[in-house]
Amino acid sequence: MNNKKAVVYVRLKDGVLDPQGLTIHKAIMNMGYDQVASVRSGRFFELEVNTDNGQTKEKLEEICRKLLSNPVIENYHLEFEK
Amino acid sequence: MKFGVVTFPGSNCDYDAYQAVRVLGEDVDFLWHKSSELNGCDVIILPGGFSYGDYLRSGAIARISPIMQSVAKFAESGGPVLGICNGFQILLESGLLPGALLRNKHLRFSGKFVYVKVENSENPFASFCSKGEILKIPIAHKDGNYYNFDGDIEELKKMSRIILRYCDKDGNITDDSNPNGSIFNIAGISNREGNVVGMMPHPERVVEGVLGSSDGLKIFQSIQQWVKGGARVEKA
Repeated sequence: MNNKKAVVYVRLKDGVLDPQGLTIHKAIMNMGYDQVASVRSGRFFELEVNTDNGQTKEKLEEICRKLLSNPVIENYHLEFEK
Repeated sequence: MKFGVVTFPGSNCDYDAYQAVRVLGEDVDFLWHKSSELNGCDVIILPGGFSYGDYLRSGAIARISPIMQSVAKFAESGGPVLGICNGFQILLESGLLPGALLRNKHLRFSGKFVYVKVENSENPFASFCSKGEILKIPIAHKDGNYYNFDGDIEELKKMSRIILRYCDKDGNITDDSNPNGSIFNIAGISNREGNVVGMMPHPERVVEGVLGSSDGLKIFQSIQQWVKGGARVEKA
C-alpha cells in the first residue's frame, strides 16, 4: 500500500472580513511588535492518503471543495509532501 | 399537520422547537440525524445548537448526514423547511440557501433579545405578520455574521428574499441594532421559491408571554396557516 501525505491550507478569500486575524493583529501590536502590518487567519489539515487507486489529486480536490473549505468565503491550497 | 424537528448530535434547541409546536397545537416528531425518514412531516425544522460540535465549520458536518439528504429532497420538492441558528448555518452549508455566516464582528458569543423587522410578509414563514412589523426575539450565537457577495445581496433584495432584518425597538435599521455585523442587517433569508428559510434569531424560545415575548409564535402560526391553507398538500 502506497501512502502519501497531503497538506491542505484553507484561508479566507481576500476581502472577507477576518475578525480573528484582526484581533490577533491587535494583540501582536499590544505586545510591542509594530513591524506586523496585518494578519489573516486560516487553518490547515494533514491527510494520509492511499494512492494505489490513482486519481489522488482529483479526489482530494473534491474533498477540499465539498468539505474542507466553504467556497463562498474560503480558498484552499493543496500540497503533497515529498 | 405534523412538524418534524431534526436532532443532530449537539442540537440543543430541539426540545424548545418541539415545545413551540405543541403550544401551536400541532403534532410533532423528532427526526434522528442518522435516519433518512421524514415520517410524513409537512414542515421540517432544523433547530439551533452545535451540531457535531461545530467542528470544521458550523453546519459543515451536519450537511452530509443521512437526514439532510432527505431534507434537501423535501426542500427541492417545495416542502417548507425552517433553519434556526445552527439550522440556518446547516442550510447555508448545504447550498439550500446562499451565503455564509462568519464569526460575529466583535468575536463574542451574543445571547440577548433583539428586534427584527419583517421585510417580506408574503413568505410562508412570515405570513402571519404584517410587512414592517417589529418582532422581539432572542439571539444566541457566535457565528451569525451573514456574509455574501454584493451581487447575491442585490439578488436577495430584488427578489424580496430578505425576510428579517435587525432593527431597534422602533424599527430603525441601524448599525447599533446589528448584533453581529451582518451585511445589510440581515437576520433571515429565503430561497428563491420561498419555502426554505433560515434565521439567526430563535422564535421557538418566545412562544408564550411568560417567556418574555410571544412574537416567535407568529413564525409558527405563519407556516401553520400556509400548510393548512392548502398551499402544499404533497407529503414527504
